[in-house]
Amino acid sequence: MPIEFKTYEIPTYDEVMSRANRARNHAIPLLRTLREFDDEDLETRQRAAEMAIKEMGITFTVYTEGAAIDRAWPFDIVPRIIPKSEWDVVEAGLKQRVKALNLFIDDLYHDQKIVKDGVFPREVLAKSKNFRPQCVGIDPPLGIWAHICGSDLVRDSDGKIYVLEDNLRVPSGVSYMLENRLITKRVFPELFNEYSPLPVDGYPSQLFDTLCDLAPEKRSNPEVVVLTPGIYNSAYFEHAYLAQQMGCELVEGRDLFVDKHDTVHMHTVAGPQQVDVIYRRIDDEFMDPEVFNKQSVLGVPGLMRAWKAGNVALANAPGAGVADDKVVYAFVPDIIRYYLDQAPLIPNVRTYRCMFEEERRYVLDHLQELVVKPANESGGYGMLMGPSATKSERETFAKLIEQDPRNYIAQPVVGISTVPTVVGRSLEARHVDLRPFILSGREIQVTAGGLTRVALRKGSLVVNSSQGGGSKDTWIVDMGVQ
Amino acid sequence: MLSRVAENLYWMSRYVERAENTARLISVNSNLLLDLPSGIAPGWAPLVDILGLRGDFDSRIKESDERHVLKFLIADRSNTGSILSSLHHARENCRTVRDILPREIWEELNELYLYAQENVNSGLTKRGRFAFLKRVIFGSELFIGILASVQSRDEAFDFLRIGRYMERADMTTRIIDVRSADLLPDNVADLRPFDTIQWVSVLHSLSAYQMYRRHMQTQVRRDAVLRFLFKDTLFPRAVRHCLDSVEECLGDLKNNQQSLKRVRALVRKVDRTKIETLDQVTLHSYVDDLQLNITKLHNSLADAYFPKTFQQQQA
Repeated sequence: MPIEFKTYEIPTYDEVMSRANRARNHAIPLLRTLREFDDEDLETRQRAAEMAIKEMGITFTVYTEGAAIDRAWPFDIVPRIIPKSEWDVVEAGLKQRVKALNLFIDDLYHDQKIVKDGVFPREVLAKSKNFRPQCVGIDPPLGIWAHICGSDLVRDSDGKIYVLEDNLRVPSGVSYMLENRLITKRVFPELFNEYSPLPVDGYPSQLFDTLCDLAPEKRSNPEVVVLTPGIYNSAYFEHAYLAQQMGCELVEGRDLFVDKHDTVHMHTVAGPQQVDVIYRRIDDEFMDPEVFNKQSVLGVPGLMRAWKAGNVALANAPGAGVADDKVVYAFVPDIIRYYLDQAPLIPNVRTYRCMFEEERRYVLDHLQELVVKPANESGGYGMLMGPSATKSERETFAKLIEQDPRNYIAQPVVGISTVPTVVGRSLEARHVDLRPFILSGREIQVTAGGLTRVALRKGSLVVNSSQGGGSKDTWIVDMGVQ
Repeated sequence: MLSRVAENLYWMSRYVERAENTARLISVNSNLLLDLPSGIAPGWAPLVDILGLRGDFDSRIKESDERHVLKFLIADRSNTGSILSSLHHARENCRTVRDILPREIWEELNELYLYAQENVNSGLTKRGRFAFLKRVIFGSELFIGILASVQSRDEAFDFLRIGRYMERADMTTRIIDVRSADLLPDNVADLRPFDTIQWVSVLHSLSAYQMYRRHMQTQVRRDAVLRFLFKDTLFPRAVRHCLDSVEECLGDLKNNQQSLKRVRALVRKVDRTKIETLDQVTLHSYVDDLQLNITKLHNSLADAYFPKTFQQQQA
């Protein structure tokens, strides 16, 4: 039996075991199955999964010392189980959130009513790095800007799910969510006798349908392509994977050109062929050297012209990243109330906005308990971890905050939940987060679950795959009436 | 199909074929050197000329003994035509088109490259050379076999085949040319036994010996070997067969007029020349001429199907 109730340590909130070291209801069948395992079973299966990943060529790319290295995708065989009753609320909350965010972005590029009504401060907008003046007045198809959104969720020590951030630029990870399910079927088939997890494999066709929804109306059989920066991008595997699954071309910037009628074509062996929808996995700044970064060789000169003319759809739309900002994040509950007149269904992590005097004073008085984040950095750059910081680091940050309060937010340390994870021959608690993907076209669709990332090092909260993070299959299971 | 993808497939296939044929070329020369009396043996330097790599070789490498030439042809990463470089380029081209090829293709190229990289030192020794070259040749055959069994007969398949047969036609002429490098006087009576040995070894290096015996129904003679390796329509490494295959693939593609014209002109050239009557010196310049025409055929393929350079796009 690889899991010992007595020795299983729970740092905060565990999703399988309660504080009293009793199995939570939805986890009872999982533990029943694991009880059948002998000492070697777990290790053998974990190794089988790693073999399968190598054979299937599921990789992510790490770019070091001038060479791109394909690394095998790290995966843990014990799925994370979430009851459907709980998920239904999360799903509704994500739909609500993305709907409001799209209305917000559209408003910012048109009348800016939310600013005029004093709900969203003008100074925040003025300082936003991701607001694109080039997008003002544009009407993208269906009025939608963020067609593919990946929101990161965490479960705090109170057991409740919170939104940690929204990724509205080019969120990645969905291919691993799909592959994780295939691997679990191979190495842990008997668990499917205990549960019927909601399927996830509809995603590529849902994505394809969402993209087709955006095609210019006069084009009956739209040509959809995936635009990648190329093989050196860390997510190249995913770009190739999604193109293959949707049966569309994987293109690079140099495969496309814009003609004098502002339409986009790709160079094919049968001559130029018109392109209607581009799922671009390339950041705004590199997309069109005519408008953004002049040095970019990844992009397509004239792409913005074609988009403005309505001859091609871009997903996500340029400028959608304006809502992908840690200060804007702090306003999302207000944004939801303003546009939808509804209370938010999933809460934000409590966030203090340093631009407001009262909140700033609280932050400066409690730096020791808080995590301070700059607005537009990702990957943990420029952050202050209050509890572990030195006195002088805290003093430096206090100055930074006073100099540029708009650029900083602060949050309490979140007690991220844990899930049993294979460590050698036994299971230990490791911290996890969750990234569901939300598609917005004619309708809004949410993946059943999403990509669970797990920090494989004991006590670590870092789930990033380039820094010792792994992943788990995520099961949404209907436990019936409880 | 995207022009860039077509070009990547074409080059991937050419590089695999180039690695295979370079391996064949080295093995035919090894055998020749063993068979010839040391006084008249031409050594290794001619291989550099035959492969058209003289400029690069002379600029970087001072000696042209066996060790240096073999290192240049097998292991030198600065030589884009070396076996290791060819396999590297094939693998990199494959990586960019992974989404449209059967998974096994990537796996085999990956494995072949890793094998070559790990075993290249043993491939440079006299004892390890044969096994190394054999694995490279076998890897290429496996690559072709996987495509034959699981790749749909679509445009991708056409470009893979065109690349393979272009490279093979070119390399077969080069392998035949090895024989002309030694410049033995033709048909000198007392050298006749060696002459036969050399043609047998050319046939062996192209895995053509058995097919030659069955189809030509004659002993190994220079004139018949030349006819077989240039003009046979059925043997898959014969120049004529390679050109026919390119023509057949082109038939499936649009915008093929220029390239078809060129390949048909090449076929006529091969058909009409009485190759067996050429002496070694004339044969050598005839082979040069064929290679030049193959390059022109490549240029018309590039014009019709591959991405234009930036300047051309602007024009």
